[in-house]
Amino acid sequence: MTFLKRYLIPRLIQYVLIIWLGITIVFLIPRLTPNDPVMAMITQMRAQGATLESGAMDGIIADLTEMYGLGGSWLDQYWAFWGRLFRGDFGVSFFNFPTRVNKLIATALPWTLGLLLTTTVISWTLGNIIGGLAGYHARKGWSRTLDAVAMVVRPQPYYIFAFALLLLLAWVVRLFPVTGGSSLGARPTFTWAYIKDVLWHSFLPALSLVILGTAVNFQTMKLIVQNVNAENFVQYAKLGGVTEGRIVGKYVIRNALLPQVTGLALSFGQIFSGALITEIVFSYPGLGMLLYNSVIRADYNLIMGITMLSIVGITTAILVVDLTYPLFDPRVRYY
Amino acid sequence: MKVLRDLFKDYRFCFSFGVLVIILILAFLSNFSPYDPTLWNVVPKNMKPSAQYLLGTDSNGQDIFWQATYAVRNSLIISLIAASVSRVIAVLVGMVAGYTRGNTDRILMFISDGLLVIPLFLILVMLAMIVRQRMNLVVLGLMLSAFGWAWDARVIRSIIISLREREFTKTAVLSGTGTIKLVLNEYMPFAMPLIFSTLINNISWAIGLEMTLALLGLVDVNVPTLGTMLNWAITYQAMFLGRWNWVLTPVVLAVFMFIALYWLSVSISEYLDPRTRIQRVGAQ
Repeated sequence: MTFLKRYLIPRLIQYVLIIWLGITIVFLIPRLTPNDPVMAMITQMRAQGATLESGAMDGIIADLTEMYGLGGSWLDQYWAFWGRLFRGDFGVSFFNFPTRVNKLIATALPWTLGLLLTTTVISWTLGNIIGGLAGYHARKGWSRTLDAVAMVVRPQPYYIFAFALLLLLAWVVRLFPVTGGSSLGARPTFTWAYIKDVLWHSFLPALSLVILGTAVNFQTMKLIVQNVNAENFVQYAKLGGVTEGRIVGKYVIRNALLPQVTGLALSFGQIFSGALITEIVFSYPGLGMLLYNSVIRADYNLIMGITMLSIVGITTAILVVDLTYPLFDPRVRYY
Repeated sequence: MKVLRDLFKDYRFCFSFGVLVIILILAFLSNFSPYDPTLWNVVPKNMKPSAQYLLGTDSNGQDIFWQATYAVRNSLIISLIAASVSRVIAVLVGMVAGYTRGNTDRILMFISDGLLVIPLFLILVMLAMIVRQRMNLVVLGLMLSAFGWAWDARVIRSIIISLREREFTKTAVLSGTGTIKLVLNEYMPFAMPLIFSTLINNISWAIGLEMTLALLGLVDVNVPTLGTMLNWAITYQAMFLGRWNWVLTPVVLAVFMFIALYWLSVSISEYLDPRTRIQRVGAQ
């Protein structure tokens, strides 16, 4: 009971409040941008050669305002907005009119999930194994070399790193395609040719994410392992004649993995917004690209939909980590 | 002096020190530039590097070397504003939250958690669109600083909470030391190394974010920064045309700057941590 009252309930309240705060900020900011989506739509229609009488024009403006949830005061919009959210309805996209936001997100989501789930898992596993071994053998030559490489790669901001990789492997050497998620006009089918095409196109974005992610995981893991190494039980195991492989695999890395599990869960939460820059650099057709386009065109409904997903994703990931931590680390108790 | 001598035993510190000195000299040189950085066509276009134009000229008719000096200076100004303002916020929030605890703590941490979960880059892009007309170095710096403090405030708070439980806090409070004096005189020395290393990391974060925003064309592209220089090079397809002197100038400067700042922060924090210092300079 004390666990419920002292920990779980306040934690859940905090969870709900943070989601509320995040979503409110996201509701407000696009409404402060100077772009008026209704007028932009009208201008676009005119540019396409539609001539409208002023009476018809007023009707269209009213319809559009209603459809985008922009009618009434901000407070009215805010209420209507929450009402729609609870129904899981994000409305229609302004610029891919009249496609529903849910459908756009559903098309883009598999691309992003596929790319980021794979790269997150690969770089977490690689980084921890290499980092663990390097931390245990911290004084050996290969460990120092790897450390030096990580020291150069780690501080690069993602954009610069991805851009450099793109320059090198797509323009200078021309090994990989420059843009896109698959060849132009390719239809999504379950044939080997299509899957090969997708893998081929996503290789560069995946490589850039894996290299940077591995470097980060490598460094943290190496540092933690070095600290665990200095603890008494490791010395004791060595003196007791436990084989080295057993010490590294069974005692040192297992102990050091605890904080890394948290890191993994947090990076899963980041997936929804994390892909933004990757997808812009490599013109990859996922959520990040969709988000970028929607921001440029002030597509409120679309921005809302994607940001909602990402806020809920991150906060839920953090909540799950907090609540399941006692399963991984028996020393943590919430009461 | 002994501190400096110990620090210079680390190759990473020597490297960072050297690179940062060169960067600062470049930034300072911008005062002696013969050209106005905002004017176009002041020199012949697309020249190769030569004695007269050290790094050649670009397609806007600007001298790449002198343009780079301005770029370095402006990027430094933005990042220094962003980093120092956000440090002040982080220290204030962290200390107040950590020391008072209770409801103040809850509210402050609630705000910082809220900032941590919203997709920051997206918000920055939207803000950049709102203020695009009035965007200058100071506004950009302040905008970045508004979002750069949340995580570090948490870290500083956790340090203060642990210090608060120590014996010396009780001794100080019981012997009548005021709260402000206690925090400034007794707690600050413990938090200082950490604040310093977060300051360096924050500078590099701000430079990186400015470059990303500039590459997306969301800042005033007529003010030379490392990001806008690269933006122009990409706009004119400089890598297709083989003008590597143009593309690589901002990229190389930025890459060296990021490595130098990161190594500086690692080297200094390793030195400040007594456990790793012993491994490096030996017990004395």
